[in-house]
Amino acid sequence: MDFPIDRVEAEHVSRREFAKFLCLVSGGMAVGSGWVAIKDKIIPPFRIKGEVFVCKTTDVTRGGTHPFTVEGSRVPFILIHLNDGSFRAYEQKCTHLSCAVFYSPDHNKIECPCHHGFFDASTGAVLQGPPPRPLPHLEVVIREDEIFVREPQGHDQQT
Amino acid sequence: MNAFRTDQEFFMDPQRCIGCHACEMACAECETNGQLPMIHVDYVDRYYTPQTSVQICMHCEDPVCAKVCPAVAIEKDEYGIVHSAKTDRCIACSNCVNACPFGVPKKIQPMDLMMKCNMCYDRTSAGKKPMCATVCPSGALFYGTREEMARQRPNSTPVNSFKFGKQTVKTRVNIMMPKGATELVVDDSE
Repeated sequence: MDFPIDRVEAEHVSRREFAKFLCLVSGGMAVGSGWVAIKDKIIPPFRIKGEVFVCKTTDVTRGGTHPFTVEGSRVPFILIHLNDGSFRAYEQKCTHLSCAVFYSPDHNKIECPCHHGFFDASTGAVLQGPPPRPLPHLEVVIREDEIFVREPQGHDQQT
Repeated sequence: MNAFRTDQEFFMDPQRCIGCHACEMACAECETNGQLPMIHVDYVDRYYTPQTSVQICMHCEDPVCAKVCPAVAIEKDEYGIVHSAKTDRCIACSNCVNACPFGVPKKIQPMDLMMKCNMCYDRTSAGKKPMCATVCPSGALFYGTREEMARQRPNSTPVNSFKFGKQTVKTRVNIMMPKGATELVVDDSE
């Protein structure tokens, strides 16, 4: 019966049902991983062409950040004005599960609030927590008082 | 002793009911049924007699209330307890109210929900007796082993088979009948 009134029968999972469930779920996961792999192969990753203007140096105070996106992509970036006066640009997506990271100027760290992952704000390296890779960064170029970003040199090695 | 006592059963003798309503009060003490009594004391024919009769859920072996429920809100567990409607499933259609041969389920209008006796499952599942059976002063409601009942009522037999026309309904709750009886014929008019 589809909807048994007997609680024991309603809660019972037969061997056949369990096997069916396992096959469907693992099959679905296999197809999903295949799709992700194929998508990665056929769609080339987005690359910034040349240099892109972000903002003026006066727009970001020391210890401040400026979020931006680059035309042609929806990936969020943050421009960070470090306490030592230099600028850094990182992808704002944690490499663990893509939560939005934020800069904490007191500790010179980039923090992911979801699982307490920490990155070094100067290099993007993982300091603590679950993130498996450093934060992808963009190279910051300053001309007079204007800030531009471009793909880092030798970006093929970058993840 | 904190498990369901499968050796204990409910024995009901409506003839012994004196209409004191103690069972209703005890039942309504319980907050799991919204402090409403799930046991009903009925007056048989009040104009002629003060006789009252008491009715709890008989917990049918093949519960028709559950079978007619379109929302699968009523279910029977491994101890044979037919549970009250699940609050998240009951759609207050009153199918069970109309289907029950004993007139047990009642639709609680303000809550749009059917509520009925579940033999104090919160108590019986922990090895305790149902509230009504613990307070009944006249022995109309008794919860215990078959042997205890036989000792107390040597001239009566517990019966759990009811005949409604051609249909026989078997229940988990017993009704006390004169010695030697095997079934209670409620209606033999075919």
